[in-house]
Amino acid sequence: MAALLETKDVTIQFGGHTAVDHVTVDIAEKQLTSIIGPNGAGKTTFFNLLSGQLSPTSGEIYFRGQNITKLSPTKRSRLGIGRSFQITNVFPNLTVLENVRLAVQSKRKVRYQMMAHFLHYKEFKEEAYHLLEKVLLIGKADTVAANLAHGEKRKLEIAMLLALDSEVLLLDEPTAGMALEEVPAIIEVIEQIKKQHEQTIVLIEHKMDMIMDLSDDVLVLFHGELIAQGSPQSIIANDIVQSAYLGGMYNEQLS
Amino acid sequence: MNLAQVEKSTWVYVAISFLLFVVPFIATGRSVQFLIIQIFVFGIFAMSYDLLLGYTGIISFGHVMFFGVGAYSTAVLFDRFDPTMLTFALAIIISGVIAGIVSLIVGVLTLRLKSHFYAMLTLALAGLFLVGAEKWRKLTGGSDGFTFGLPDILRDSFALYIVSALSLVLIFFGLRRMTKSPFGKVLVAIRENESRTESLGYQVLHYKVIVSVVSGIVASYSGVLYILSLRFVDTSVFATDLTIDVLLMTIIGGVGTLIGPIIGASLIEFAHHWLSDLSDVHWIFERWIILYGTIFILIVVFFPKGIVGTLVDRFYKWRARRT
Repeated sequence: MAALLETKDVTIQFGGHTAVDHVTVDIAEKQLTSIIGPNGAGKTTFFNLLSGQLSPTSGEIYFRGQNITKLSPTKRSRLGIGRSFQITNVFPNLTVLENVRLAVQSKRKVRYQMMAHFLHYKEFKEEAYHLLEKVLLIGKADTVAANLAHGEKRKLEIAMLLALDSEVLLLDEPTAGMALEEVPAIIEVIEQIKKQHEQTIVLIEHKMDMIMDLSDDVLVLFHGELIAQGSPQSIIANDIVQSAYLGGMYNEQLS
Repeated sequence: MNLAQVEKSTWVYVAISFLLFVVPFIATGRSVQFLIIQIFVFGIFAMSYDLLLGYTGIISFGHVMFFGVGAYSTAVLFDRFDPTMLTFALAIIISGVIAGIVSLIVGVLTLRLKSHFYAMLTLALAGLFLVGAEKWRKLTGGSDGFTFGLPDILRDSFALYIVSALSLVLIFFGLRRMTKSPFGKVLVAIRENESRTESLGYQVLHYKVIVSVVSGIVASYSGVLYILSLRFVDTSVFATDLTIDVLLMTIIGGVGTLIGPIIGASLIEFAHHWLSDLSDVHWIFERWIILYGTIFILIVVFFPKGIVGTLVDRFYKWRARRT
């Protein structure tokens, strides 16, 4: 399978601490790849390297064979790498529909149009409705975003990310801080996106059981190192992963 | 244009606009008309300020510099050239161009700064203009100021009334269209969450500079009208007091709307006029600014969204209860 996103020996050091240590991975196109690992394993740091918030101390990152190691986050997002954050980030006093409409407007590159009425662009609104349907938020279109439950805000974020039509969706813990009963709805949304086979999804997650059914491929990070990559079944069977999660006695930890 | 698509509120505003042109036939007194002209002038000025404060979330303490630029360019032109309508047209164009250039330069230099740093810098720049006007006596006459002649048509307060009313209406509808355009929607997004707007792929700085240029040009136009109604100019058109006045008009009327600043301007102008008249009754009315401060505190505490914002909220609640 063709790799869409590749990293080659990517390393980042903060002072003396190596947060991500020579990670070499291929992320396959139109697949759902999960990154798991205990707290402090460097998952989010690795994400920041992929999306460009951080640049690696050494190593290279390729997108469709193009070296993107030195590109800024804005440039990468225009190439088609979109990401969500652990902290929810929406426009609080605007309606849900308007939040998504703004994202659609940006994708269509209607940036400095001052004269036309915004309703002139009807298709933006329709597209926004369509996206809200995708993330199961259609009933809340006219609600002000600040009044949404936490889980609904995360869904709204996913809709905005989808609106930008990124090829790669980097989702940083989409269920973080969410009530347990809200989690299934988010998983359903991710499943829906996956079913359409249009986008490549990379997901960070803590809840192991949740991603095992969803993922095509799983990466396990531990102390900044990639200790395993493979199908969910092979990861569950993997001894090193077991000890990393359960015992924390991975032998190189001491060295 | 398909008339069925026009919003209801537009018809309301159109009707009110027509009423404005009937008023001078009823209120024929020179001083009343002068008062209403002042309201129009400050309504335009306050709308331009609200584009920054209410729509984009930029707090500027130096907005008066554009007002002053408009006022001085008009006064100097009428002073140097024959007072004809051609000079008037020239004054509008030149003041617009100067204000545009000034706001572009100021915007590019300062809008990278965050909220209060930006506010302080604009305050300093407006101070610079004030000092400049005081020192450049050859052009401005310093703090003594100077009077100038007007074309005969504009001497008539009725004609001036029509010019100001027409300007207010046109600018109101123009800005209304702009705030409802895709561009205007991005401005509101910037006010709500600047970093998110950026991550959606919008160049926030470009938007801020463009809106401050538009706002600067509109403010300078209100300066032009102001000075026409006074026929006298001095350095008070650069005074920070005016920025504060316009800030209060915007907040009292309702930020984030265009009609709010106009209502705020009318309230403050009327209050100023009537309260000063009451000075024979009690000395406190001569110090009307004390009352004004009290009212302002009450409004900020009890109606933080201003008059229009509060009414709109009530209306939505009422409608929600009915359905």
